[in-house]
Amino acid sequence: MSDFFSSGWSVYVAVATVLSLAACLALLLIAARRRVMAGDNTTGHVWDEDLRELNNPLPRWWMWLFVLTLVFSAGYLVLYPGLGSMRGELDWSSLAQHQAEQARASADTAPLYAAFAATPVPELARNPQAMAIGERLFANNCATCHGADARGSKGFPSLADADWLWGGTPEQITATITQGRQGMMPPMAAAVGNAEEVREVANYVLSLSGSPHNGIAAQLGRAKFAACAACHGPAGKGNPLLGAPNLTDDVWLHGWGEEAVIAMVNKGKTNVMPAHGTRFTAPQIHVLAAYVWGLSRPAAAP
Amino acid sequence: MPQPSPSPARVIPIRPVPAESSAEPRTVSLYQKHRKIYPRSVQGWFAHWRWLMVWTTQAVFYGLPWLPWNGRAAVLFDLAARRFYIFDLVLYPQDFIYLTGILVLCAYALFFFTALGGRLWCGYACPQTVYTEIFLWVEHRIEGERGARMKFDAGPWDAHKIARKTAKHAVWVAIGLWTGFTFVGYFTPIRTLWAEAFTLDFGPWEWFWVNFYGLATYGNAGFLREQVCKYMCPYARFQSAMFDRDTLIVGYDAKRGDPRGTRGRGTDLAAAKLGHCIDCGLCVHVCPVGIDIRDGLQYECIACTACIDACNGVMDKMKYSRGLIRYDTQNGQDQGLDRAGPLRRVLRPRVLIYGTVLLLIAAGLVTSLALRPTLKVDVVRDRTTLARIVQQGRIENVYRLQLMNATEQVQRYRIGVQGLPGVQLAQAAELEVLPAQARWMTLAVQMPPQSAQVLGPGSHPIRFEVAATGHDTTHVSERSTFLIPR
Repeated sequence: MSDFFSSGWSVYVAVATVLSLAACLALLLIAARRRVMAGDNTTGHVWDEDLRELNNPLPRWWMWLFVLTLVFSAGYLVLYPGLGSMRGELDWSSLAQHQAEQARASADTAPLYAAFAATPVPELARNPQAMAIGERLFANNCATCHGADARGSKGFPSLADADWLWGGTPEQITATITQGRQGMMPPMAAAVGNAEEVREVANYVLSLSGSPHNGIAAQLGRAKFAACAACHGPAGKGNPLLGAPNLTDDVWLHGWGEEAVIAMVNKGKTNVMPAHGTRFTAPQIHVLAAYVWGLSRPAAAP
Repeated sequence: MPQPSPSPARVIPIRPVPAESSAEPRTVSLYQKHRKIYPRSVQGWFAHWRWLMVWTTQAVFYGLPWLPWNGRAAVLFDLAARRFYIFDLVLYPQDFIYLTGILVLCAYALFFFTALGGRLWCGYACPQTVYTEIFLWVEHRIEGERGARMKFDAGPWDAHKIARKTAKHAVWVAIGLWTGFTFVGYFTPIRTLWAEAFTLDFGPWEWFWVNFYGLATYGNAGFLREQVCKYMCPYARFQSAMFDRDTLIVGYDAKRGDPRGTRGRGTDLAAAKLGHCIDCGLCVHVCPVGIDIRDGLQYECIACTACIDACNGVMDKMKYSRGLIRYDTQNGQDQGLDRAGPLRRVLRPRVLIYGTVLLLIAAGLVTSLALRPTLKVDVVRDRTTLARIVQQGRIENVYRLQLMNATEQVQRYRIGVQGLPGVQLAQAAELEVLPAQARWMTLAVQMPPQSAQVLGPGSHPIRFEVAATGHDTTHVSERSTFLIPR
C-alpha cells in the first residue's frame, strides 16, 4: 500500500530531501572560504562601540565530519527507505525485521516446547519451568476473565475448583482453549409453567445442593424438574457434553439464591468462552492446558 | 603566537591574532588545519599532584571490576537481569532516583569546586586530561622530549621512524583496548570476560563496546586531546558562569614579570629595566593546550598548572622567588593581595550557597540510601474481576503482588492486609524470594458482608503489609484499594 494518496507527494518528498542535502553541501562550500579583514583578523564588523567579530577558525577535521554526515545520508538513502516511498536497496522494513526476530525467537524456544509437547499433561503440571511459562500465558491471556487467581467471577467460571462445565480431562481442557465454548441455557419458563411453578422448581434446584430453600415448594417443584432434566440430568448432575452445569454442588456461576435461579429459568443465558486456537501455537495450548489442569489439583503442583 | 604586552589591571584584553603581512583585506579559510601541540614534560609540586590523581582515578577505574564482593564483582551493572550491584547495595531499575541524586551531587560538586578553585576538575580529574597525560607519557618514552618529537615528525619516513611510530601506536591501542575491556567489565563480570578474551569468545555487544570504547580512548587521548576541551566540551564553555573575581585561576604576574627579556644571571634588573620573566618560553612549551598564559586568563586554559611548575623551576635557577606564574585570583592580582588574601574571601555567597546545597543533597542521598528498605512491593489489582462474592456472602478482591528482594540472601516474606474492619487474606500468605530476584504471587483479600454493609459500595483504601521473617526486619507498607460491589 502506498503511504501517499498520490505518487506526486513521494516525488515531492524525495526532491525536497535531495535538494536539502545539496543545499547543506553548498552552504559548506560557501562558508569554507570567506572574506576576512586581514589587518586585524576580524570581519571588520564593529558594533556597540568596540565589539568586533574575530575570525576564530574551526579545525578542518570538523568540516570533514560535516561532509561525512552528508556521505552517510546519501548512503543511508540508497540502502534504506527514506527517499519518498522508495524502499531502498536492502529492501528493509520494520515489519520484516519484526517477523524475522519473531521467527528467530520461535526457533530458539522450539526445542523447549517440543519437549513440553511430548510430555503428558499430568506430568507437565509438575514441571516448574513449564508452569512458570503457563502462569505467564495465563496472566496475559486468561486472567482478564478468569481472574489472576483463576477463581473467576460471576459469569466467569472458576478454574481452580473441581467443578467443570465442559469436563476437566486434559483433552477436554485443550479442546476448550482451542475451540472455545458456547453454553446456552434457553428460557424455560414456558416449559415449567406459571410464576409460582417456576419458584417451586427454583426451590427444588436449591434443595439439590442443600442450599437454604423452602422445603414445601421444593417438593412441589420436583415434578416440574423433568423439563430441566433433558440437559441437567434427572439427578441434576449436569452434562459436560452440553456444558450443562451440575446443580447439586454449591457452585453458583450466575448468582446464588432463589431470585437468581428464578431469573435464570425465566430468561436463560448464553455464555461464551472465545476460541484461542489461532492465538497460540499447539504446544503453548498444551502448556496452558497443563497449567489449568493443575490449578484444581494442588497435589500435582510442582 | 600572540604578541606579549603588559596586562592591564582590570580587563582581560582581546588581542586579535595579527595576520602575517599585509593590512589588505584578503580571503582566508574559516577552517584551519590542526597544528599539533608538543607539550614538554614537566616536573614539580603540581605535577606530582596531577600524577597522583592519574594513579588514583585509574586505580579505581581499572581496579573496581576486579574487586570481589559477596561472591561477585564489587561493582557490576547487570543490564540483562536489570540488577545493579554497588558493594552491598542491590539496586533495581526502580532505584534510578539514586542515580539522579548522584548526578545532581556531581553537578553541585563541580559548581562548588569551580567557584572555589577554578577548573580543578579539568586540570586533575577529567578523563580527557588523565588519558592525555598517560598517552603523552608513552609518546615521551618512545619518541623523546618536545624538541626531539618535533624533529622526528618533520623528518623522513625511514625504518627508524616507522618502527618508533608503530611501537607508540601499538602501546596506545593496547591501553585503549584495556580501557574498553575494563569498561565492558562493569557490565559483564570481568573475570568471565577475561576468560572469553583468550578464546575471542565475546558476544556481539561486548565486541562492539570493547572496540568502540577502546577506539574512543585511542582517538581522544592520542589525537584529539586539547581539541576536545576547546571545541567539544560544554563544561569548558559554561564554567565561566561559576567564576568570579575571587575564584582561583592560573595567572601570570605581569606587574612582577614585565618587561620580559633575556639576561645573564645576576643582572641588575633596575638598570636593565627588566622584570622577572626571562622570556624563556618554557611556560608555552609545557602547555598542553598551546596557549601563552602570560596573555591572561583564556578559555582554553584547563588549569593543569604545568606552566606553574615550569616557571618555578626557572625562578629557582635564576634565584628569584617562586610564583611568577601561580594560583591566584583576579582580585588578588589586581589589588596586590598577599598569599592569604584569597583565603579570606573564600566565604562568598556563591560558595556558601553551592556548599550548602551540596551538603544538603549529600546528606539526603546518604540518609535515603541508609534507610531504604531492602524489599520492594508492587501491588496490581485485578482490573477485570472487580469483586466477587464467595462463601457466606464474603466479598473477595484479587491482587497480584510482586515482591522484589534487594538483598543477597534468600528471604521469606509474610504478607498481611490492613486498613478496613474485618479485611483479611483468604489464606495466610508467605513467599520465599531468591537473592536479588523478584517474584509474583496472586492473593485474594476478603471482607465479611457485615463490614461491607457498613462501608457501603465503592472503593476503599487498604494497605498490604509485607515483612521479612528472620533476622532481617525489613517492612514495607503498600497502598491499594478494595472494591465493594453494589
